[in-house]
Order: sequence, then C-alpha cells, then structure tokens
Amino acid sequence: MTDKFDKVPGGPSAAAAPVSTATTVAPETIKAIPVRHYGRWISGVVVVGLLAALVYAFSQGNIQWQAVQDKVFDDTVLAGAGRTLLISVLAMILGVALGVILAVMRLSKNPVTSWVAWLYIWFFRGTPVYVQLLLWFNLALIFPVLNIPFIYKDEMTDVMTPFMCALLGLALNEAAYMAEIVRAGIQSVDEGQTEASHALGMTQAKTMRRVVLPQALRVIIPPTGNEFINMLKTSSLVYAVTYNELLRSTSQIGSTSYAVMEMLFVASIWYIVMTSVFSVGQYYLERRYARGSLRSLPLTPWQRVKVNLAAFSNRPSGGVSA
Amino acid sequence: MTAMVKAEGVHKSFGAAHILKGIDLEVAPREVFCLIGPSGSGKSTFLRCINHLEQINAGRLYVDGDLVGYRQKGDRLFELKDSEVALQRRDIGMVFQRFNLFPHMTALENVMEAPIQVKGEARAVARARAEQLLDRVGLSDKARNYPSQLSGGQQQRVAIARALAMEPKLMLFDEPTSALDPELVGDVLDVMRGLAEDGMTMIVVTHEMGFAREVGDALVFMDDGVVVESGHPRDVLTNPQHDRTKSFLSKVL
Repeated sequence: MTDKFDKVPGGPSAAAAPVSTATTVAPETIKAIPVRHYGRWISGVVVVGLLAALVYAFSQGNIQWQAVQDKVFDDTVLAGAGRTLLISVLAMILGVALGVILAVMRLSKNPVTSWVAWLYIWFFRGTPVYVQLLLWFNLALIFPVLNIPFIYKDEMTDVMTPFMCALLGLALNEAAYMAEIVRAGIQSVDEGQTEASHALGMTQAKTMRRVVLPQALRVIIPPTGNEFINMLKTSSLVYAVTYNELLRSTSQIGSTSYAVMEMLFVASIWYIVMTSVFSVGQYYLERRYARGSLRSLPLTPWQRVKVNLAAFSNRPSGGVSA
Repeated sequence: MTAMVKAEGVHKSFGAAHILKGIDLEVAPREVFCLIGPSGSGKSTFLRCINHLEQINAGRLYVDGDLVGYRQKGDRLFELKDSEVALQRRDIGMVFQRFNLFPHMTALENVMEAPIQVKGEARAVARARAEQLLDRVGLSDKARNYPSQLSGGQQQRVAIARALAMEPKLMLFDEPTSALDPELVGDVLDVMRGLAEDGMTMIVVTHEMGFAREVGDALVFMDDGVVVESGHPRDVLTNPQHDRTKSFLSKVL
C-alpha cells in the first residue's frame, strides 16, 4: 500500500500530469516508524510451538499409518461412504419437502393445520434424533403388524428395515428444522411484494410460487446448506439402527483388524471430504440466488484465479505497448 | 356514462381505529382524480380499498359498474373467491410509494411477468410489448438491469410500465413520488402526464400540488376519514372554502 504512494511525487506520472495540477504542491508522503506488535510475534511463536508439539505427539503415537492408507479406498469403506451419502441426500430431500409443507401449514389461516404443524415441530425438535431413531427401530414392539386398511398389510419388522428406520428417523427430524427455516424465509419477504403481485391480478398460489418463494430462497438456502452438512455428520447416528453407513462399516473393520483409531481416521477423512465438497456447492448455489440483491456479484474463486492469470499474461504485452 | 369508480358511504376500520368514515365520490372515465390530505387522513387506505387490497366494512364500492370484492344476489352479499378477486384486479393498475418491483427479476422481466402469468400471453408477445412500454417510460436501455441497479425514479417508471402491461382501464397511484429524491420526481410526473394525455383514468394520492393543479381534472381534500372539500383542482387549491383545507394548504404550498 505505502510503496504505491511513495512513487507518486516526482515520478514519471507527475511529469505527465496536466498543467493545472502542476501548480498545486505535491503532498509530502508521511514516513513514520510503524508500531511494533510484539504481542503478535509472541502469540505466533506460542501457537506454532503448540502445533509442533501436537504433530510430534502423533508421530510418536502407536498408529499404523499404513493401515489408514490401505483402507481409505477399501471397497467396504467406499460402500459405507456411498450409503452415508445416499441416506443423507434422501433424508434431506424428504425433509425439505415435508418442511415446506409444514411451513405453509404453520403460516396458513386455518387454525387446525397451523396448530398441527406447531405440534409436529414441537415434538420432533423437542426430542433427540437418536431417541427418534430408536423409536422407529423398535416400532415392531408395539405394532407387530403394519395395517393400512385395504391398502397395505405386512409384518412391521419387514417394513422397518435399517434403511427405512434411518430414512424416517433422519428425514422427519430434519423436516421440523426445515419448517422453521422455510417459515423464516417466507416471512422475510416484504409484504409490498405480495401486494404488488396481487395488484397485478396474480392469485395467492401464483404469488407464492413466482414472487415470494424465489425471494425466500435467498434466505432459506444458506441455513439449508448448513443443515445438509450437519445431516452428513448426524447420519453417523444411524449406526444405532444397524444401517451400514460409513461409521458402521469402518468400525467393523476396525474391531476385527485391531485398528480402531486408524479406521476412525479413515471415517473422518471421508466425512471431511464430503462436507468440503458440499460447502463448495453451497457457495455456488448461494451466489445463484443472490441475483438482484447485490449490484454486482463478487467473483468466484475460480474467476479470481482467471483474472489473476490474465493479469500475468498481459503484463509483458502491456509493457511493450507503453 | 357509468362512473369508473363509485363510492357510496365507504367505511373502513383497522380494529378500533376508524380510518374511513363514509366516503362518497365518483370518478368519471378518462378523468385524473387527485386525492390530497394530511397523512393518516385515509387517502391511501381508500385507494387500497378500490382494488380490494383492503376489505371495506360498510358501504359499496364499484369499479366500472362492478361491485369490488363481492357479488350481490338480491340483498345478500357473497365474498368473491381468491381467483375472482384476482380477475377484478387485472383491470386496475397500481403504483406504490415504495415501488415494490420484484427484486429477483430484471426490469424487462418485471414488466413481462403479469401478462405471461395472469393473461397467459406468449413470451414473445409479452416481451415485445414490455420493450415498447420501457421505451415509453424512457428506460429501454435499462431493460436488462435488476431493480437494485436502478435509481428510485427509474424503479418507479418501471413500476408504471409493469402496471400498464396489463392494459388496465384504471390506474391507482399511491404517493408515487414521495419516496424519490427531488430531482427525480420530474421524470415520473412526466410519464404520468403523458398517461393523462392519452386518456387513462387515474386516481392519484399525492403531495405534488403543482401536478394536481396542472394535470388534475378533479380534486378531493380528505381529513380524518371524510371528504372535506372537492371540486376542480384550480378552485380548491387557490380558493379553498373550509378552514381545514386552508390550514392544510397553507402548510404544503
């Protein structure tokens, strides 16, 4: 920053300046001795020291790094990671769909639907998701047979497979949180938008679909992205209902091959890979829905790289032309 | 000739607050009808009753001979369904003080939205007319801009174009220049003046006394939910009869 200003007085640009500015005296650049931040140096050294100690401790630990390396791309592990992804995506889709319905019910003028939605949210947010998973898992204890008259009848244990327990447990819990997020989003849209839409002759439904929801999405998407990343991690709880997701498949290898910690490292690696990938996706999705709310969208990291590269390649040619 | 808007003893309350206390007036077709009065006098509320954004509590309100928001059978009134109210609103354009453009759509998309969604017009047809309307309000070069990239005056002119896209027979203006910087007011008033010259029926709630005097055909002064004085703008503004009108005008002129 300072060297940019240093060059101004007396430099070649000053000679090229128009006559009118030549009469004004060029301001003398301040050359002061900057404040020394000793505290920053000390805290920096302390933190680096602690980090080094941590790395040293792990290097001395009884860890079979080879096992981690061998098992990262193990078929069982990959299948587990795939199931984690599958159950998270399906539970999220179901949760969002149900959440939108609950939010609209909650905001409706019908007191019955509004109250039922409130009751649902109250129960599913008020109890731990782990308990809810176990409730689905043990449903057969109180209802041995699932009987929907004239439509469906089967043994409950056949219906409530580990997959179904995991899906229902995660999705129904997620729906309660999504309902509150969607409700907040809908309520964040200015009432003037609804009025303008109505004044143009749009019906309630069309106003919701074309005007309110697209604007609500801008508010809904960031917390929904967080919810999904949470879901990827919370899905490890379905271990309890014997669904063979990432944590369960890695733990099983760990307990049979005496590499418990190593396999937990493997699981952590895959969790962090998945959450990182979706964080990037979330960034682009948020950008897409920021349309119209910002005067100009900030550059994506990739666009910034391209601009920087362009600046590099232009530099020599710019010098020639000048 | 049937009146474009006819109000008979219109009352409106919000809870305990009695806002409109019996409004009787008539607006003729092709007339520019100005509503003035202090804030809280009920002029905006009355305007919002005309397209049923607010439901009236007593009296009758007709637009082009049709009862607003209700159907009368014998001496019983039936509330209209959502879709029927929407049908009535198609023909009534409204311009708001705070513009209320759709921020997630460009200027052009704002103008195209209602013809496509409400009238089921083909995209190409709607686009052609939207471009024409933006040109009319002097903003053909801003068609691709989002509302946040436009000044207040430009936004309000897009809002006028958006309302005109539905080819309304009546336009309601709710203090269209009150939220604008003084130097931007002129552009919006010019567009409105052009509309008046083309014979559009307009009801304008305004504090622009100059516009009311020049363009208005009729003027009503409202205070505390009643019509205090009405007549030709020149007469009312230069020679008010009531003390309340006099004291109001002495403050704003």
